Amino acid sequence: MSTATLHEPHVHVDATGAKIAMWLFLFTELLLFGGLFLAYAVFRTYYPADFHYATTTLSVSIGALNTALLLTSSLTMVLSVAALERLNRRLSVILLGVTALLGILFLVNKYFEWSAKFHHGLYPGSQDLALHPDGEKVFYGLYFTMTGLHGVHVLVGVGVLVVILAMIARRPRRTVSVPIAAPTALALQGDGGPLWNQAADVQLDAVDVTLVYRENQAVAHRQLIKLENAGLYWHLVDVIWIFLFPLLYLIS
Amino acid sequence: MSHSNADAGARPSYLEVSGRRTGILGWILSTDHKRIGILYMSLILGFFLVALCIGLLMRLELLLPGPTIVQPNTYNALFTLHGVIMIFLFIVPGIPAMFGNFFLPIQIGAKDVSFPRLNLASWWLYAIGAVMALLSLFTGGGVPDTGWTFYVPFSLRTGTNVPLAVLAVFVMGFSSILTGLNFITTIHRLRAPGMSWFRMPLFVWSLYATAWIQILATPILGITVLLVFLERLFGIGLFDPAKGGDPLLYQHLFWIYSHPAVYIMILPAMGVISEIFPTFAKQKIFGYKAIAFSSLAIAFVGYLVWGHHMFTSGISDTSRWIFSLLTFIVAVPSGIKVFNWVATLYKGAIEVPPPMLFALSFIFLFSIGGLTGFVVGALATDIHIHDTYFVVAHFHYVMFGGVGIAIFAALLYWFPKMFGRMFRYRPFFISWVFIFVGFNTLYFPMFIMGWLGMPRRYYDYMPEFQIWHQISTVGSWLLATGVFIFFIYFVKSLRAPRGAPDNPWGGTTLEWRVPSPPPAENFIEIPTVTAGPYDHHGEGDV
Amino acid sequence: MEKKELMPYGTYIMIWFGLLVLTGVTIIAASLHFGQWSIMTAIAIATVKGALVLFIFMNLKREERLFKIMLSLALVTMTVIMVLTFADISFR
Repeated sequence: MSTATLHEPHVHVDATGAKIAMWLFLFTELLLFGGLFLAYAVFRTYYPADFHYATTTLSVSIGALNTALLLTSSLTMVLSVAALERLNRRLSVILLGVTALLGILFLVNKYFEWSAKFHHGLYPGSQDLALHPDGEKVFYGLYFTMTGLHGVHVLVGVGVLVVILAMIARRPRRTVSVPIAAPTALALQGDGGPLWNQAADVQLDAVDVTLVYRENQAVAHRQLIKLENAGLYWHLVDVIWIFLFPLLYLIS
Repeated sequence: MSHSNADAGARPSYLEVSGRRTGILGWILSTDHKRIGILYMSLILGFFLVALCIGLLMRLELLLPGPTIVQPNTYNALFTLHGVIMIFLFIVPGIPAMFGNFFLPIQIGAKDVSFPRLNLASWWLYAIGAVMALLSLFTGGGVPDTGWTFYVPFSLRTGTNVPLAVLAVFVMGFSSILTGLNFITTIHRLRAPGMSWFRMPLFVWSLYATAWIQILATPILGITVLLVFLERLFGIGLFDPAKGGDPLLYQHLFWIYSHPAVYIMILPAMGVISEIFPTFAKQKIFGYKAIAFSSLAIAFVGYLVWGHHMFTSGISDTSRWIFSLLTFIVAVPSGIKVFNWVATLYKGAIEVPPPMLFALSFIFLFSIGGLTGFVVGALATDIHIHDTYFVVAHFHYVMFGGVGIAIFAALLYWFPKMFGRMFRYRPFFISWVFIFVGFNTLYFPMFIMGWLGMPRRYYDYMPEFQIWHQISTVGSWLLATGVFIFFIYFVKSLRAPRGAPDNPWGGTTLEWRVPSPPPAENFIEIPTVTAGPYDHHGEGDV
Repeated sequence: MEKKELMPYGTYIMIWFGLLVLTGVTIIAASLHFGQWSIMTAIAIATVKGALVLFIFMNLKREERLFKIMLSLALVTMTVIMVLTFADISFR
């Protein structure tokens, strides 16, 4: 097949509309975390020294590792989309799986990080934390809330990716079997022209075969829209972390 | 084209076409935007009446000083519930959910919104949030007694069921966001051929501006209530001064949503007025573009004024004069609209059936509310009247006298289109008299007693305020009478014989070109638009 | 029928590499103790990283202008909210 890329078939699927909707949803996420970033900015202004100190108690290595994991998952995500655009389903599914895996690793890391903090009594409401200065209390409150909310979004994202992975991995279901009188090499012409069974000199029912080709295109197109939009969500989760990391782990 | 769409009267309407399920399931699982609009209407109007009754109870308590019918704690719960229901279950969803859902697609010549299933999900989220809010009545420590504003630190400490209530608000916020998302996409993508942006009805413009506020402001409410929830559950401590938190930060975050929220409430109401006035003055709206751009301006500048709710809370002087200045500025586009509506009437052939009567009273009542907004928005006067009944009167004039009256107007204006029946004018004229007289009797004295120093949310008062409270309470009875007459005849008219004309008022927007009630798919043929939305006299008619 | 040109796999990989490098730069810059400036530097670098993800990975660069306008609206709103809040915080 020479045309190895996907083009938009004439079906009633509003790709732009779906994309607008996803971007609008991303704006809501931006504003949701924006409220937390605002709180962070306010409290940083109130308690610069306490924030400075509390930042040093977070492990830069784990934070950096998590950053690398998410950045890489963004790469595999966008590569997965690129693969599906090139009709390479297999590669797309593999990359999608890797993306989800990296997301899970991120969460595993987070689990260890949080456990360490709990172990040291540095969690909201703990008696140990009550003894620390106010600014540190607020810092940890922000730390757990921001990374917690972010983690929830990663988890949901992984779920969405798995669902889409399953959707793409399954063969498109609308296949039509075309009965052939005698074994003949089937040559699919690009324009879906008629096929001729040389033995019987009968025009085979080429319309069905063309339908299969176009149906696959339509299904793949719809899947691509979903994959792209899921990718947008995943990238946003990455962007939020890109800002969380320096603000929570590095600034001191 | 218009012939074939009008001839669609022979086809079954959306009231008859159930889709894959029948009966009640055919309604609550329907993805038809018209059915969803009706679903919203049934819940929204129901909650309005519930909250109205709570208001009546409050006014009854205030008829006399001291305990009259309830104890102080109950009174706190009453005004909290009144506010939560009126704001989150009635006014914020209000016009976009009921009339936006029903008429947006039709007014732009589309068959439905961009995401019909998401639309249904919005309704379900609303319903679930409502159930959760009502559950807080019977669970935990009972209904919150914090006021609908849930100010910290009291909302963190009170034993009432704040967690459930704020979670309910979160869920309903999601509903609002999804509706906004759907509307923006629909308006961008599904306009009929020939319907450029400046040929859209002004109601659609108002829904567009509102949808942007829903998208960009509601998440801030989401994070705010989430933080209150987490603080109560885990002691996070961002708002609790005992833990180094800042209670003013809560107020900032809360009002960063809740001020734009009032524009979510008023913009669609203004859109309704922009539809009704040209129809009953029989001429096109004055200053279409000015009104369209004013809607966007109100939406944007509305983000810049929230601090005026906090003038006496302890924020910096610098921010106070900035917010006060911005508050004065945001009034300008609203003023432009009022002038343009009135100008639309000039030299018009004015008819005043009930919807127009309500629409006209909107101008009067909303203007009083808006002008008193200057009094609260100016720093010097606000110090004096903040948290008094003056504020209560101000916002009831804009929200009830504005949005509420616009909802009554819209219910009547679009009644024949939605239900295919016509109502008798007389009962609604009578209800209007009770509503108008009752409303002013109820709320105007509040300006006076607020000015004299009567604080809000107080269940007891000094003797010098008694006369004003009593006048006010009598006003509440008159108002309630009018509202009940309205709803009784509204329901009765639902059983009037079918056969209302497609265009009883002579409206020019697209919904008047389809049958009353519309068929399930709205249009047999999507129309091509060749004229502006309010062009009367057949100038370039579609 | 639109046949947009596809972005080569290699471009995405290069951007990813750049993102990792910038992350390293951020970490090093943070340990250099610029004081007041460290927060500005960190945010600046994060903004560049975010922009790369936004424009290349999320394809904003090649989308219709509408998307860029909408994003600007959201970012302006967020900025305005922060600035106005600090009109209070900074001057108390």
